[in-house]
Amino acid sequence: MKKNIFYLIILLFFTFIFTIFYIGLDKPNFYTPKEIKNKSLEEFTSTELFSNEQFSSNDIIENNKFTLINIWSSWCVPCRLEHAALMDLSEKTDLNIVGLNYKDKKNNAIKFLNELGNPFSKILTDPDGIVSISLGAYGVPETFLLNNKSKIIRKYIGPLTKENILEIIKIIK
Amino acid sequence: MISSHIGYYSLLLGFVISVSLLFYSIFCFKKNNQNINQNIFSFLFMQFFTVVISFISLVYSFIISDFSNATVYNNSHSTKPIFYKITGTWGNHEGSLLLWLLVLTLFIFLFIIFSKKQPTKYRFLSIFFQQIIISGFFLFLLLTSNPFNFLFPIPNEGLGLNPILQDPALAIHPPILYLGYVGSSIIFSASLASLVQNNINREWAIHIKKWIKVAWFFLTIGILLGSIWAYYELGWGGFWFWDPVENVSLMPWLCLTALLHTVIVLEKRNLLKSWTLILSIATFTFSMIGTFLVRSGILNSVHTFANDPERGIFILLFLFSLIILSIILFFIYQRKENTSQKKFFLISRETSILINNLFMMYFLSVVLIGTTYPIFLEVIANEKVSIGPPFFNKLLIPFLTLFLIFMAVGPKLNWIKDNYKKIKYSRIVLFFICICISFYLIKKTSSDILFTSILGGAAFYLLFVTIKEFLNKKRNTSQAISHFGFSLFILSILFNSLFSNEFSANMKIGQELIYEKEKIKFLKIKTFDKENYKSVIANFEIIDEKKNIISLYPEIRIYNQPNILTSEADIISTVFFDKFLVINLLKGGEIFNVRYQTKPFMIWIWISVCLISFGGILGLFKRH
Amino acid sequence: MIKLIKFILLILFLILSFQKLLIANNNSLLVDKISKNLRCLICQGQSVYDSQSDFALSIKTLIKNKLQEGKSEKQIYDYLKNQYGEWIVYDPEFDKKNLLLWTFPLILFIFGGLLIYRKVFIN
Repeated sequence: MKKNIFYLIILLFFTFIFTIFYIGLDKPNFYTPKEIKNKSLEEFTSTELFSNEQFSSNDIIENNKFTLINIWSSWCVPCRLEHAALMDLSEKTDLNIVGLNYKDKKNNAIKFLNELGNPFSKILTDPDGIVSISLGAYGVPETFLLNNKSKIIRKYIGPLTKENILEIIKIIK
Repeated sequence: MISSHIGYYSLLLGFVISVSLLFYSIFCFKKNNQNINQNIFSFLFMQFFTVVISFISLVYSFIISDFSNATVYNNSHSTKPIFYKITGTWGNHEGSLLLWLLVLTLFIFLFIIFSKKQPTKYRFLSIFFQQIIISGFFLFLLLTSNPFNFLFPIPNEGLGLNPILQDPALAIHPPILYLGYVGSSIIFSASLASLVQNNINREWAIHIKKWIKVAWFFLTIGILLGSIWAYYELGWGGFWFWDPVENVSLMPWLCLTALLHTVIVLEKRNLLKSWTLILSIATFTFSMIGTFLVRSGILNSVHTFANDPERGIFILLFLFSLIILSIILFFIYQRKENTSQKKFFLISRETSILINNLFMMYFLSVVLIGTTYPIFLEVIANEKVSIGPPFFNKLLIPFLTLFLIFMAVGPKLNWIKDNYKKIKYSRIVLFFICICISFYLIKKTSSDILFTSILGGAAFYLLFVTIKEFLNKKRNTSQAISHFGFSLFILSILFNSLFSNEFSANMKIGQELIYEKEKIKFLKIKTFDKENYKSVIANFEIIDEKKNIISLYPEIRIYNQPNILTSEADIISTVFFDKFLVINLLKGGEIFNVRYQTKPFMIWIWISVCLISFGGILGLFKRH
Repeated sequence: MIKLIKFILLILFLILSFQKLLIANNNSLLVDKISKNLRCLICQGQSVYDSQSDFALSIKTLIKNKLQEGKSEKQIYDYLKNQYGEWIVYDPEFDKKNLLLWTFPLILFIFGGLLIYRKVFIN
């Protein structure tokens, strides 16, 4: 009798293991950082692209009800695709759009803006990528919608789609 | 075109033969034949032959770049060098499974030829169980991973093979590894057959030990080749990353090593029958779990195959059925061992082998839990956890120290019973001297001195004990070589990791930097056009204090199909150290990120593993 | 006994003659140590130390800056975990959900030890 129970337990154990593996097959095996909603952005300072002035993030954010920070580079192909959407947004609304130029050369950045337009009220630079880390970004392009208390309301990874734009417009109303 | 047809129908025929063999072997078993009849031989050979034809057809399709074949299209390109066109046959999921089948069908054929002294019914049963596995693989191939799928319209060009797979070490790494895995499948089938026939005894132990040694040898070399490839090719200077794919090959190896030792107890004292059986089943199970984890996409790794959950489900069900079958057979046929006359004494060789097994199972459980825990946590708690090298190092190294000490003491004990008074004082003194040597050598580094000194001391102790063994006339040569190799292995890794030096900086052409009494000069760049890539070779010079110059030529390869950049490190290996230099192109095109490492005793890591495996296979050629 | 001592002296001599190779390695940068313990989020499977991606290079610069500011190793790990989740650090925490992870092998070892004990001393 004891022998039978022992074998039954072993059988159940393996069934359990296999069920776990079976379910595990459906899960994605790559990791994306969890959406940490309502996180606050800590203050950072950065040099402005054209004027070479130092700006603190708080100066820019506190003065506007909402701020959209868009991380972009001249060498990033998807950034070209989303730029039209940003231009659109800057024309249709009075949202404060701030650009964060990531690991880029000044000339190339300026050429990019001359070619595709400048939707940004200010362009901050991030030559070694550290500012992006304080935003919690890990690639380009990424966009962050913040309120005037530096809380991150929305985070968009990858180029902005039409749906993202509509969502942004809805929120800032 | 035709070769794909031939390949496919050959495979189909092979499947039919394998299922027929399944029934025929059971039929012969029930019929109580005295001898294996010729028919079985012919069937087994035909089965093998169909897979050979199929395999050759696939290789041929690759060679002629027949892009009507989906596998060739997905994994090859007409500009690939011919050698890599051939080896690319098994560099993908479908082709590698065909290689599995090739080795499976070969091994069962060889098994029948080399097991003539064994009881006939046992041989028939072994064929039966092995045919279950073979048929399963045929089915898997035909249903989910057909290497002979057609594409229409026929593409002009293939998608190309990932350049880092175009390397000689990676060409032979899968075949050798599969020899090890398939060997473990034979042991599995033979063990189940032996269980049913109540045949687990001394004679069977002698017979199966040969197969265990063969499988173990190939598995060890296979893992070694994988590490060598990672070191020379991946460009990071490491050789073991505790990556899931690596762990997955280590698990059956640990099991098989434990089995290798347990079967010795079975041979010498006719004990541990159930445990031998459990280990045999476990080894093959881990091989299959490995196949599952790597090919189903459930785990994330730098080098997994293309992922397809459907394949994962098939392997999972197949594996599950095999385990259920083993458990049922075990339940029905397991006999209570009559061990009342035979006792295990504390100080004896059997007990030391039991302790060896205990440690092996511990190491196995660490690797197992480290690799599979993320899956469990995600399914049960929907949370992600990240497990990397620090985890494995923390759990393994303390026990490794103890293990080394046991290794030095255990093999020298007598069978059945030994006397603890035999432990001479000289041995204890030697042990402390070893710790002192270790401490002296390590104290210049800033790492955990206490820990690593004892580890180094234990490794040195084992080293000296095994060297002394060579001076002993009445020695077990293969054991001495393998254990000596293992101590050398631990020492090489220890000193390599403690004394490795790395320098990393961004440099321009013509720049010169100084690091640790060496001058690093970036001389120039040359560009060449090769068969399927553009080669950018940099010329570096390392000048040390005594004005000795070492020239290094790291390379960057820009492939056109697929569009990938790879960095090929230049490595100069000497007996004392390896000099390792790799460059990466930074954005802008003028600045290169340069990584220069000095790695002492690197080559001894490879040599020691060769010694370990050589020792194992040496025993095979001794007459019994 | 004499043979053993002669043997040991021989080995000692060999080791001492290898002296010049064993370069003192005090200069492992703390940056390297920390970056070896971090995952590169873009090229999953590589550590930040090994990776050459933009993200990894930025993290390495960040670590250097934070160390210069006087932050400790733990503070840097905590900051990055706050930004990216626990996944970025290789070493799993020793907390409730990882309890089984850290203790399972040890439990198995003790259990096996008990089995052997039974086999040797009882029966």
